[in-house]
Amino acid sequence: MTTSLLLVVIALLVAFAFMSGRGLAVSKANKIGGIRQLNSLPFYYGMLAVFWCVIPCLVFVAGWAMFDETIIENLLVSNFPQQVQVQGEGELALLINVVSNIASGASPALGKEPYLVEAAHYLKSLRDSSQMAMTVIALSLAGCGICIAWVKTAPELHARNHVESIFKILLLICSCIAILTTVGIVLSVVFESILFFKKVPVSEFLFGLHWSPQVAIRPDQVGGSGAFGAVPLFVGTLLISTIAMIVAVPTGLMSAIYLSEYASKRVRSIIKPLLEILAGIPTVVYGFFAALTVAPFIRDVGGWVGDTWVLELLGLTLHVSSESALAAGLVMGVMIIPFISSLSDDVINAVPQSLRDGALGLGSTHSETVKQVVIPAALPGIVGGILLAASRAIGETMIVVMAAGLAANLTANPLESVTTVTVQIVTLLVGDQEFDSAKTLSAFALGLMLFVVTLALNVYALRVVKKYREQYE
Amino acid sequence: MNVTNDSTERIDNTGMVDTSTMTNTETKKSNTIELVNKNLAKRHRAETRFRLYGIVSITFALICLAVLFTDIVGKGHSAFFQSYITLDVNLDSSVLGIDDITNTKQIANADYQAVLRKSLRSLFPEVKARRDKRKLNALISSGASYQLADEVKADPGLLGKVITLPVLADDDVDTWLKSRSDDGQEAFTGRLSEKQLAWLEHLLASDKLTQKFNVVFFTNGDSREPELAGIRGAIMGSLFTLFVTFILSFTVGIASAIYLEEYAPKNRFTDFIEVNINNLAAVPSIIFGLLGLAIFIGLFGMPRSVPLLGGVVLSLMTLPTIIISSRAAIKAVPPSIRQAALGMGASKMQVILHHVLPLAMPGMLTGTIIGLAQALGETAPLLMIGMVAFVVDVPGALTDPSTALPVQIFLWADSPERAFVERTSAAIMVLLAFLISMNTVAVFLRKRLERRW
Repeated sequence: MTTSLLLVVIALLVAFAFMSGRGLAVSKANKIGGIRQLNSLPFYYGMLAVFWCVIPCLVFVAGWAMFDETIIENLLVSNFPQQVQVQGEGELALLINVVSNIASGASPALGKEPYLVEAAHYLKSLRDSSQMAMTVIALSLAGCGICIAWVKTAPELHARNHVESIFKILLLICSCIAILTTVGIVLSVVFESILFFKKVPVSEFLFGLHWSPQVAIRPDQVGGSGAFGAVPLFVGTLLISTIAMIVAVPTGLMSAIYLSEYASKRVRSIIKPLLEILAGIPTVVYGFFAALTVAPFIRDVGGWVGDTWVLELLGLTLHVSSESALAAGLVMGVMIIPFISSLSDDVINAVPQSLRDGALGLGSTHSETVKQVVIPAALPGIVGGILLAASRAIGETMIVVMAAGLAANLTANPLESVTTVTVQIVTLLVGDQEFDSAKTLSAFALGLMLFVVTLALNVYALRVVKKYREQYE
Repeated sequence: MNVTNDSTERIDNTGMVDTSTMTNTETKKSNTIELVNKNLAKRHRAETRFRLYGIVSITFALICLAVLFTDIVGKGHSAFFQSYITLDVNLDSSVLGIDDITNTKQIANADYQAVLRKSLRSLFPEVKARRDKRKLNALISSGASYQLADEVKADPGLLGKVITLPVLADDDVDTWLKSRSDDGQEAFTGRLSEKQLAWLEHLLASDKLTQKFNVVFFTNGDSREPELAGIRGAIMGSLFTLFVTFILSFTVGIASAIYLEEYAPKNRFTDFIEVNINNLAAVPSIIFGLLGLAIFIGLFGMPRSVPLLGGVVLSLMTLPTIIISSRAAIKAVPPSIRQAALGMGASKMQVILHHVLPLAMPGMLTGTIIGLAQALGETAPLLMIGMVAFVVDVPGALTDPSTALPVQIFLWADSPERAFVERTSAAIMVLLAFLISMNTVAVFLRKRLERRW
């Protein structure tokens, strides 16, 4: 039975459990003097039966589905001939792939080595028996659950209390998924990073000035020594984020000030949603815009400026890369504008009106009030917002993947091509890769850096914002 | 703001000073006022400048928005039309190699290419050289034969007849025709040779080269040939992914919101959950991709490139958004309703399921739709879990390999052919249309259903 069919059968069993649990409770109650002899409403007896039926069964199915492939693979590998087993992880993974292709009929069995065909048969039988076992055990668990519910159902059973406490536990488990996700993120990046740092020392990764992750496949191959100094990536990330913040902070902040302090209600109600559209545009669209419109434009302007006589007179040359950091940074800045403006808008609006009235009453102009009273009062919140925006800029992926380059240049010139942490993660992990090469693992080390930096920025920013809020509430 | 500019009026001599000290400080005061008045013009200029900065900032942001949209619409609108060459195709059974009309296998494998080439050559009888013939054949798309095959499969009775059929032109022809009809500028010829251009001019003059609505774009999966590439596969992939995301993040998100708002005691563990949710909301999306790669693919052995996995990863990413907005919606339900229900003898679960949830539902749905819109536009985590594969077939299930709409945009943006640029922009237009309609629904829901207490 396939998994989806199994789920349908379980759904039918659930319906049956509910009806029978409810019906049994009602009929037992009717024997001793009517439905009001029941401790709880009949609905709760039905729900209790459903919980008995479905919870153990689904937990089992989920666990089985998660781990069966891994177990089957291990069994398969242990059944390979001895000389095959001693091969490296990569070759084994390739062999498993070949075998599963034969088993599924995707590639013909003819002409393959006999042990592979045999393994394919073995794999097929393992999969069949695994599916079979899962079906049988899951259905019998569901059946047992219904039986237990039947035995337990009695008018004096406190069904409602049981259902309510199970309900509460289910809710608690759901809210723990956030914790599990965080743990999962930490584990996934930390484990692979530890493996990476066993191959490449931490100091080289953090302070090395040269990044070229191509590791030679054969030792005698030319080039591709594999250098893992991440400083050029950090500098590139910082350069692009700085350009983005230079664009976004003044624009976003001034827009927020204008909208909250000067604009009339009508203007505000039109412009605010328009700015929010900027925030809703997917980053891949910004990336396309940066790569195909902004970058060529900047290159052309650069070429045009470079041709003028002023530069020639000074003996300067101007070279603009077609994947300049400037293009990616500018577009990223535009993306972040609404983020800064809406966060600043919130904190500016939270500044008590009495402060403004006081400053205006002392004779300051409106802009002086804003500059010398409102902004200082809102400053912690604004700084928090800017930090959140910075963490966004650092973690932004698609714009830089599409518009920034791949070459890890160590430069602070915005007209040159640089690469960022996120670009490298994407290029290292997209496509086929082995899980144990230093090249792949370095992506997880970069991911760890990214996670730690953005997390630190966020925690700090949230703390600043929170602290500020307490002052006026 | 109810602040006016009255406060910046000129200060007259009786303005600010206490009357008892008036005589003593008369001279000093007039000095101050002079000073104030002297600076006033400067201060007012600063005021105007400051206001101007604000206007400039907003204008800059709005111009960026306008440029972005006009750029994409300008590049993409032409992709909705496609060039077709009208041919009189003689479905000669002997050329096709069909001797038995009832044999479907034979009909499917017949040599449609030959028939098409023959009819194209009949339009230009003067073409004799082998190389020229090949160039002539290159004018029609390699997908045209499938088009003809479908036509014949649908009605085998056409065999032996002459039918007039608009067939897909090659993408070079399409690009040339579109750049030609734009304005007086020189048309983009690309890989087309002088001879081919002459033939095309001839076809155009005899009304055989026309533009029609691009149905292929909406019915095909991805393809290496721009004229055959469509977004149906990507849209289906996105829909499957969103379906999984919706099921998981809606149920789990609402459940956690209920727990945190209605049940959670005030203790460290609850604080810990809240801190986690807030931090997850700000984790870069690519990190969720790493999570999917290491845990779901590496540890649990889930298949790569499938919408099921994409949906799971994206639902983890959207959960914080949904939890935060659902909590706000639950908080907005006044406590009096809970107290009234409790007073009538309802249990805690009944209060929540019968009263709080229905009242908070519009707010929760709004948050969910906004979260889903975010997930629909997300690309980076999907790249990590291998949803970037070149997938020609339209996925039909949650476990079929597929891409998603934003990933398709990313893939096409990398393609060198000029015809893919307009397709990328058109795909962006479709994606933005989806996003805008989702957000409109969210705004509509909020306005119509949310009650103010």
